[in-house]
Amino acid sequence: MNGLFEAREVNTMKNIPNKLASMLCHAGVWAGAWVATAAHAVNDLPGGPAVNQLNLPEPATKIAAEQNSLHWMMLILCTVIFVAVFSVMFYSVWKHRKSKGHKAANFHESVTVEIVWTVIPFIIVILMALPATKLVVAQKDTTNADLTIKVTGYQWKWGYDYLKGEGEGIGFISTLDNAQRVMSAEGKPAGDNYLLKVDNPLVVPVGKKIRIITTANDVIHAFAVPQFGIKQDAIPGFVRDTWFRAEKTGDFYGQCQELCGKEHAYMPIHVKVVSAEDYSKWVDGEKKKLAAKADDPAKVWTQADLVARGEKVYAANCAACHQATGKGAGPIKALDGAAVVLDADKAKQIAVLLNGQNNGAMPGWKQLSDTEIAAVITYTKNNWSNKTGQIVQPADVKTARN
Amino acid sequence: MSAVLDHHGDHAHDDHHHAPTGWRRWVYATNHKDIGTLYLLFAFTMLMIGGVLALLIRAELFQPGLQVVNPELFNQFTTMHGLIMVFGAIMPAFVGFANWMIPLQIGAADMAFARMNNFSFWLMIPAGLMLAGSFFMPGGAPAAGWTLYAPLTLQMGPSMDAGIFAMHILGASSIMGSINIIVTILNMRAPGMTLMKMPMFAWTWLITAYLLIAVMPVLAGAITMTLTDRHFGTSFFNPAGGGDPVMYQHIFWFFGHPEVYIMILPAFGIISQVVPAFARKKLFGYASMVYATSSIAILSFIVWAHHMFTTGMPVTGQLFFMYATMLIAVPTAVKIFNWIATMWRGSMTFETPMLFAVGFIFVFTMGGFTGLIPAIAPIDTQLQDTYYIVAHFHYVLVAGSLFAMFSGFYYWVPKWTGVMYNETRGKIHFWWSLISFNITFFPMHFLGLAGMPRRYADYPMQFADFNAIASVGGFFFGFAQVYFFLFIVVPAMRGKGEKAPQKPWEGAEGLEWEVPSPAPFHTFENPPKLDATATRVIG
Repeated sequence: MNGLFEAREVNTMKNIPNKLASMLCHAGVWAGAWVATAAHAVNDLPGGPAVNQLNLPEPATKIAAEQNSLHWMMLILCTVIFVAVFSVMFYSVWKHRKSKGHKAANFHESVTVEIVWTVIPFIIVILMALPATKLVVAQKDTTNADLTIKVTGYQWKWGYDYLKGEGEGIGFISTLDNAQRVMSAEGKPAGDNYLLKVDNPLVVPVGKKIRIITTANDVIHAFAVPQFGIKQDAIPGFVRDTWFRAEKTGDFYGQCQELCGKEHAYMPIHVKVVSAEDYSKWVDGEKKKLAAKADDPAKVWTQADLVARGEKVYAANCAACHQATGKGAGPIKALDGAAVVLDADKAKQIAVLLNGQNNGAMPGWKQLSDTEIAAVITYTKNNWSNKTGQIVQPADVKTARN
Repeated sequence: MSAVLDHHGDHAHDDHHHAPTGWRRWVYATNHKDIGTLYLLFAFTMLMIGGVLALLIRAELFQPGLQVVNPELFNQFTTMHGLIMVFGAIMPAFVGFANWMIPLQIGAADMAFARMNNFSFWLMIPAGLMLAGSFFMPGGAPAAGWTLYAPLTLQMGPSMDAGIFAMHILGASSIMGSINIIVTILNMRAPGMTLMKMPMFAWTWLITAYLLIAVMPVLAGAITMTLTDRHFGTSFFNPAGGGDPVMYQHIFWFFGHPEVYIMILPAFGIISQVVPAFARKKLFGYASMVYATSSIAILSFIVWAHHMFTTGMPVTGQLFFMYATMLIAVPTAVKIFNWIATMWRGSMTFETPMLFAVGFIFVFTMGGFTGLIPAIAPIDTQLQDTYYIVAHFHYVLVAGSLFAMFSGFYYWVPKWTGVMYNETRGKIHFWWSLISFNITFFPMHFLGLAGMPRRYADYPMQFADFNAIASVGGFFFGFAQVYFFLFIVVPAMRGKGEKAPQKPWEGAEGLEWEVPSPAPFHTFENPPKLDATATRVIG
């Protein structure tokens, strides 16, 4: 984390002239022999984008397949009309030139012609709308789902909660693999799944109707998986839904598609479609892990244990903005030496973590457990130059929540 | 680009006016020609600023990985590029054309409210400074996208308030400009210039002005509510207080979609004048052009939610907005057919204005079709917020609005300056722009279909090649406009070049060609007597 954010801070405006100069050099090289991009060896990513892909992705659901054929139909119709109309125009451009001695005719209106070329496009758009109508209705039918999953957009990660069906009760957060963010900041991207690799993919069974309920915690995000033909905004304060039934097993990728702040490009979606048996196995494993991980909220922790736990929570949730150094960056406040962190009244910092502040610039973190919040506060109170010696126990957080 | 002061032409009574000189001529300007020039220069300056932002975006996206800026600054660039181009470049440029040409075209002495005209221009300067200056405010420029979606706007720094204030001022300026144009057209036409004899450019601007008056207050409402959410504890759009972020989108796009037509209807007007002039043949279907323009304007009020198909509208909502949107293709098609019928069996020459007009028709139609495709809601599920949309709206706004303005510039610049531009240079500008434009934006269709989201500072490696091509094209397009300024605009402003005759285009019609080139400071001080077609002054 450290190196990553230091590197990014250097990449600010000061260096633009230098950077631009080197970009222009690159452009020159590229224009000569396509070298700049050839330097990145990259292959198609199954379930994700293909190299220089020209059309919609290979569909993995019936809906996506129908979207593809609808798009082909539109593309062909539009191309035919375009070619027809512009053959007429370019014929005219070619033949009816003054330089070829063509004399201008004098006609300039005809009601019949106007009616004909109003009615024909009207009929064409109706023909286009008919198959589209059927598909709109099909896309919107989220009834009779086998499995319902709530997807929550956070700045900048996805939360998945299995609400109904096999696996009910499982819930986890899915974040971009940090190595990807480091590569991005250093300007040295690599790998076929660059920016698409996450820590915990969403796992679903093949051939089952999955209903996705979207919402968000802070700003609007959009949950999209092109191969499934779904894209649904995740809106804070509202729930919306969409659905898919994957026809084949494998890994499928998407990205957030609604501008959600500075890390918008860094909250990918990875859906793992597995067979029914593998899914049951995965559910069993997750349930066991959950049971093992469940913290006893009444447990009284030692400072060292809380700090150790808090360091992990901090790295996963806080460091993206406040930096591993605790110094913040730009508009992001520093934690190192911050009054609210050093304050003897622990309740102040607990309240900030639970409710957020500055209109959500610092979001609330209610979704973390009492133990996690207690740990991360204890960590910030006893790390860097902060040496308060204060301990926040899960029970303190629990009291503050109520 | 100035109507010369000492040129009296056949208006011998000019000299009892004491026209101000020096800086006073511009600051106290009440002459429609001077104000038109000011608007055009302001718009071109903003075009250059917005263009530099675009090139910074393209530089970052040349390769995957962050090389030039961090993602926060990148979001500021995309946001400010959009705001500056829409509110600072395209809209004021068309107002500049309107100021210069509408009084000349309808035989009026000036705009109806000369002092308000001055005020609506000079309001733009502080607004433009506030927009461009927001980069230097704490926390940087607004970074919520030009659509300023809540609740992301609630997280922005103080520059968001500056941006909102700037938009309020620009909105007030646009409304005043529109009132001026409507009153001028409705009240000040020369006797005999009936509405249905009016040049198409005046017609399209009349309709555009009504659209502006209808929707600018809607935008003002939306951003004012954002402002009170930010500072005064209201929760119109803030979900934390029970507000509705989707309502913001409905209000914004109720402004935003007519806004799209505000930026293209005057372009249609320019093309409808240039094509007949160079085909040496009257515009085909004048009446149907007027009706088509009006239907587009009316339909533009009932299609806004096609920008919101992925917010999760009910089935009936999606179907209604899908059908209504597709319907707009009909009057738009009628306009294209009419232009082609005007060219048909004409006697065409291809000077630069005509090249840009034909280029407009060809490339704008591509942009029209790439709008029809995402109008189909299920296809939009794939394309919403991807580079396909970026490609689409640049095809209609750059190859559409901007190319039409270039066409209008070359067509009317002899009237403005009294000198002809250099034809070879104009042709270089056209071909250079057309080719580099397509290199920049055509690959974006592929990126969008492949699923690359817009407003991304970094992207998966599979998208690298098309992004590299788009970036190279973007820089070439940018340089083409610098060439345009240095080698075409500047010589024209200095009065360098062949002296322009009163009517430099053989097939051109209209009252602007009835006054000398350059147009004298005052024209049509007494209402001219017109012939039956209202295109010539008699006696």
